[in-house]
Amino acid sequence: MAFNLKVNGTAHSVDVDADTPLLWVLRDVLGMTGTKFGCGMALCGACTVHVDGTPLRSCITPIKNVGNGAVTTIEAIDTTAQGRALQQAWLDLDVVQCGYCQSGQIMSAAALLKATAKPSDADIDAAMSGNVCRCGTYQRIRAAIHRAAGSSSENRR
Amino acid sequence: MSESAPGSRFDRREFLKVGAGVGGLMLSVAIPSLLRPASISTAQQTSSFAPNAFIRIDHAGAVTLVMPMVEMGQGIYTALTMLIAEELEVDLGQVRLEHAPPNDALYANAILHVQTTGLSSSVRAFWTPLRQAGAVARTLIVSAAAKKWGVDPGTCRARRGVVYDGAATRQLRYGELVDAAAALPIPAPDSVALKQPKDFTLIGTPVKRLDSADKVNGKAQFGIDAKIPGMKVAAIAISPAFGGSVRSVNEAAALAVSGVRQVVRIEDAVAVVADHTWAAKKGLKAAAVEWDDGPNAALGSADILRQLQEQSTRPGAVARNQGDAQKALAGAAQRFDAVYQLPFLAHAAMEPMNCTVHLQKDRCDLWVGTQAPTLTQAVVAELLGLPKDAIKVHNHLLGGGFGRRLDADGTLLAVRIAQHVSGPVKVIWSREEDIQHDMYRPAYYDRLSAGLDANGKPVAWIHRVAGSSVLARYAPPLFKNGLDMDAVEAAAEPPYEFPNIHVDYVRVEPPGIPTAFWRGVGPVKNVFVVESLIDDLAAAAKQDPVVYRRSLLSNNPRALVVLNLAAEKAGWGQPLPPRRGRGVSLQAVFGGYMSQVAEVEVAPDGALKVHRIVCAADCGIVVNPNTIAAQVEGGALFGLTAALYGAITLKRGRVEQSNFHDYRPMRMNEVPVVETHIVKSAEAPGGFGEAPCSCVAPAITNAIFAVTGKRIRTLPINTSQLRS
Repeated sequence: MAFNLKVNGTAHSVDVDADTPLLWVLRDVLGMTGTKFGCGMALCGACTVHVDGTPLRSCITPIKNVGNGAVTTIEAIDTTAQGRALQQAWLDLDVVQCGYCQSGQIMSAAALLKATAKPSDADIDAAMSGNVCRCGTYQRIRAAIHRAAGSSSENRR
Repeated sequence: MSESAPGSRFDRREFLKVGAGVGGLMLSVAIPSLLRPASISTAQQTSSFAPNAFIRIDHAGAVTLVMPMVEMGQGIYTALTMLIAEELEVDLGQVRLEHAPPNDALYANAILHVQTTGLSSSVRAFWTPLRQAGAVARTLIVSAAAKKWGVDPGTCRARRGVVYDGAATRQLRYGELVDAAAALPIPAPDSVALKQPKDFTLIGTPVKRLDSADKVNGKAQFGIDAKIPGMKVAAIAISPAFGGSVRSVNEAAALAVSGVRQVVRIEDAVAVVADHTWAAKKGLKAAAVEWDDGPNAALGSADILRQLQEQSTRPGAVARNQGDAQKALAGAAQRFDAVYQLPFLAHAAMEPMNCTVHLQKDRCDLWVGTQAPTLTQAVVAELLGLPKDAIKVHNHLLGGGFGRRLDADGTLLAVRIAQHVSGPVKVIWSREEDIQHDMYRPAYYDRLSAGLDANGKPVAWIHRVAGSSVLARYAPPLFKNGLDMDAVEAAAEPPYEFPNIHVDYVRVEPPGIPTAFWRGVGPVKNVFVVESLIDDLAAAAKQDPVVYRRSLLSNNPRALVVLNLAAEKAGWGQPLPPRRGRGVSLQAVFGGYMSQVAEVEVAPDGALKVHRIVCAADCGIVVNPNTIAAQVEGGALFGLTAALYGAITLKRGRVEQSNFHDYRPMRMNEVPVVETHIVKSAEAPGGFGEAPCSCVAPAITNAIFAVTGKRIRTLPINTSQLRS
């Protein structure tokens, strides 16, 4: 069946089953591959996008639930102040390794900064622990979030 | 013991001799991160200067570097580019990068003798060849300029893509010199002088990764992102029991799902081909595949353990025999016997296995991220009965490798499916298939005995390694006389002085379970085993673990330096809050030296918190210190994750774990602070991607011992045993 959706400010109409996860609509139907498939069960966060500013795991979000919500993906996160600051901090601190999880990491971090301008380490733990990085870039992700926010890490030893 | 560089015993020369020679077309899958969009490529361009297979410079001065090794997060594209640019005298901002096509003749790694990225060999293998490649190109360009000016090339100098004459009054950009340089005879690579380390301007400086920009904006293209016109997507189910086969498929039900185009049934798997992934997944579910479980239907982890226990009692192939360890053990003042058990491990790279195939009558195109492009090309050519150059490998960035993408099993499966499909098809594994049909780090069962004299000095060291041989499968020529040199690496040559040492290996192949290289390879197990027992011996000798190790390193100065540095930076010996302790580990592998000190806290209920890991490393000349730190941070967490949580277990012939809830990765809220301290060194570069991974587990378990007095000899760590 046909669904209308708005992704990064652009309207699209797609013809898929109502239970089709937003992830596969983005990747396979719209050809937007910045949002990644990692687990299919909301366990790793690689597929994180925003709908009306709220972060969600697109791999378990059926298209029928998206409705008229405005979808933002990694491809357009630079249109937000938090997104731009985070991308720059990621570059400044050389966060990425393989890079596969980083779209989801940045989307989760952008949602965190939107809700909490100056996050503590505990805030970062709470917001980011759903995003898995097998390369182990967490330490730099934490530092980059603080850098983008102008906040600082406590002594974590 | 210090006469040979660590790792040198494992001669990988015969590593894998698949298909030297013919490559395919020069396929340019450029990564656009650096600047401009991908150039279409490549060798066919006649108007550019291409003095070797790594460098092209066009009339505009644009420099294209072809990357012989693959980027899977380890930062190799940045390091290899630095090696070329150091001698070529160009700015990193001036270059664009391309993935190399499969071609062992042009791009083989000089250590592995095949175009394969792994075993921490890339910088070691390309340290000299790529600097020479840059120097050859720069020499030609400078000569071309000197000729134009009618001066001695020795009076000219090159800097940032420009040649200056001696008085710096005249200058020519590289782009203006390409035609003249291309007309000159190319000098032999070893005939050009390379810079002295004191003159390096790039090597040794903290350079930012060159692949970051596209990895923070969604543009980076991994294999799973391939988009081929007309492409369908396939979801697969592989026989859940190893060695099983398909019994029945409800094809009609699958085809009734909207978007499903085709059901492909092969002996050991079913693929549902559809317009998009979700339709394929729904179709696969509807297909309700039933299986014959085959010969391993009853296999469980207890069977694997029993097999290892039994077979490890037999003498093995001797890896090292020095002095008379049995006799020394018999005469020792104190004797220690210990058994160490390590589980199968999955790689669980974030990018699940995938491969896109377009099979046509006389050619096969593959879009995939692989650590072994020429191996992939060779095995697909063999499967299809096509010449190797008919197999076009379009390599991509890898969403994690860790050894998983050294094997071409996923590509072969995709091609076998594509043999039944008209047009291009992308085969994507679910996370469950990825974990349940990985090729696993072997389960090991090691038996050790050690003897101390009255002063607490080790006089006997006996180590038997038992487990699957990855080398025997992956590189048969290297498996000689029953000995797998990878399985005993870091066991046969521990960093310490043992007057009497005997190390042997018993090959034990688990029925039906495929095994493979895993980040840290043999040392990831052996360093744990050796460093655990050394810690026990220190305790038996009533000595501090660092002091005890020091006393055994009088002939190993580089090892001593990293041990002392890690201890100093970690504040070894300084007081800690209650229930906290420190543990140390030391290794000499991958052509380098490393020591880690971990600081852990064990709660009364056994809960474990790792607070801090301090790592000191001497890996010879450092190309990019920034990458070294990143590899320590990431490698330590990779090894730590396995030590805390990693275990693949079997029941009824099947892997019991399926996704990140039961094959658990470390997460943000759990990670310790990781610190990196590098020893300045003028020695040749060592390998680094795996070293931090193999060093970490014993630092953790030794710290647990310091807190609780409980010795962990089985991984993953069972915290319920740590309750006080």
